Amino acid sequence: MRLDVRFPIGGMFTIVGALLTLYGLASDQAIYERSLGINVNLWWGLVLLVFGAVMLGLAVKSVRRRANDST
Amino acid sequence: MQHIQLGTIDYTILIIYFVFVLGIGWALRRVIRSSDDFFLSGRSIPAWIAGLAFISANLGAQEVIGMAASGAKYGIMTSHFYWVGAMPAMVFVGLFMMPFYYGSRARSVPEYLKLRFDEKTRGLNAITFAIMTIFSSGISMYALAKLFELVIGWSFHASIMLSAVIVLVYIFLGGLTSAIYNEVLQFFLIVLGFLPLVLLGLKDVGGWSGLTARLATVATNAGFAPGAWSHSWRYMDAPSHNPMGIEWFGLVMGLGFALSFGYWCTDFLVVQRAMAVGSMTAARRTPLIAAIPKMFMPLLVILPGMLAIGLHASRGGFLPIGSDGQPNYNLAIPMMLAHYMPSGVLGLGLTALMASFMSGMAGNVTAFNTVWTYDIYQSYIRPGQSDGHYLRVGHAATVFGILASVLAAYGATRFNNILDMLQLVFSFVNGPLFATFLLGMFWKRTTGHGAFYGLLTGTVTAALHYGLTISRGAVPGIKGGFLGAVLHTYPSEMALNFWTALFAWTGCFVATLVISLLTTRNKTDEELVGLVHSLTPRLKEDYLPWYKRPVILAVLVLVVSTILNVIFW
Repeated sequence: MRLDVRFPIGGMFTIVGALLTLYGLASDQAIYERSLGINVNLWWGLVLLVFGAVMLGLAVKSVRRRANDST
Repeated sequence: MQHIQLGTIDYTILIIYFVFVLGIGWALRRVIRSSDDFFLSGRSIPAWIAGLAFISANLGAQEVIGMAASGAKYGIMTSHFYWVGAMPAMVFVGLFMMPFYYGSRARSVPEYLKLRFDEKTRGLNAITFAIMTIFSSGISMYALAKLFELVIGWSFHASIMLSAVIVLVYIFLGGLTSAIYNEVLQFFLIVLGFLPLVLLGLKDVGGWSGLTARLATVATNAGFAPGAWSHSWRYMDAPSHNPMGIEWFGLVMGLGFALSFGYWCTDFLVVQRAMAVGSMTAARRTPLIAAIPKMFMPLLVILPGMLAIGLHASRGGFLPIGSDGQPNYNLAIPMMLAHYMPSGVLGLGLTALMASFMSGMAGNVTAFNTVWTYDIYQSYIRPGQSDGHYLRVGHAATVFGILASVLAAYGATRFNNILDMLQLVFSFVNGPLFATFLLGMFWKRTTGHGAFYGLLTGTVTAALHYGLTISRGAVPGIKGGFLGAVLHTYPSEMALNFWTALFAWTGCFVATLVISLLTTRNKTDEELVGLVHSLTPRLKEDYLPWYKRPVILAVLVLVVSTILNVIFW
């Protein structure tokens, strides 16, 4: 079976998203002066996390569907 | 300029990206059993994946850095590369040309030329194309290394080696499938990596209205009407009224028709992605699916350049000033990253930049190894070998292609705007090509001699036109006028390039037509079934749901790009 491309995409964005979210929570808020006072790491990390999770979800769904089809 | 300081988090993101990119190659290594798997992904890629790879392969250095540079230099007029250039061409290739590329079962664009015309036409196209891909891949690598040297202080040689080795490994292991999968990953990374930058820049500048106010200063300082940077069509009545130095006719015919159709409809780099799918309708859908995100790319790649020049004009310091006293437009995106992004998303943005360079390189390398193996090696050097032999040659060609691009990278240093240089090369070689395909696919009377000598005539016409004209203020030489006499002076380099492409196309079209009429047909009607429009049975697509029908997607793409043109008129 060939790899579903949504697994690596989902995996990568989930990891990077989680990392950015955590960093956003832990980092010194002074660094967000340049991003107009917005904690971009936190917010964008959450966006990436959701995107990654959706990709993984779609990939898992498609694998399940194919498994059901073949049984 | 001062280097951007990267933190541990930024390096961690970059390393995660490398791990995934290499991991994709590693995971796919077992699916490569034949040369078809390596070069054509076994013709089994779904259309949406091929579609995203189709634009991602083009989203290399010239796109991200060049379009932002042009956004700063010419403003929203740069969007013509998308809404006048790419859109109609992508619709055309999907609707009208894909049936013959895919239906002919050719494995490459040069191979189509062999089936439709003759050996010499294929040979000419294969060899020029192979050289051009190496050159483009080298430019991509050069641009990446130069940029990372300037922006983060990495050594030029280290960046070249790093990007070359990573691209080599993932293509070597997984062939075209690996390149396509990585292109899809890179596509999402580029979008999600640059989007926060655009959003923050827009917020800072006060939205579109705040941006136009600042761009008005840029325009009046340069001696144009205040709206010259924020209207795409309004100042197109005369070349002297807009920064691009071109009027509507030269733009529509030169860029919209000759250059864009030449690139999107005949360049194997992009067409290869559509050839890797599983069915004819999927192949036709690929460029149309690609067109949908492509329409909105200006927001991501042109807008940062416009924001940078707008902010530079009102606050200063957004673009570094080069030794010639002009701002260095190529640094628009990295400077914006440095200005707005704190550690964390900064690493994401730089990783996106890295991804865009790699996808451009990988696209060129996969196109090169296919053309080299099928159209040059198998045709002229060692025909009739086993499939395993050609698979090994493909692997070797990948290594050779990367080494040659590294050499090209060290050679590419002349133009300050990469885009102009690529346009120049495309205009000599690709400008005429579209005329050959157009006549070949839609007029069965076109002969092999007509195609071959037509192409040569087109390329010579381009070189003659370029050699006898020049852009205002340029020194005769690589920027035109190298034949001694200057017959015409264009207001800008862009105008010169657009007109060169149009001359190339016209020269080839007329010569192919005339020579075909004077020579006898070398292919019978039976041989041309599946290769020429009038001899190929019509496709039936009534059974497909509406959202899968190429015609409906095409109308949608054209309507939305018309609306975008009107909005930014």
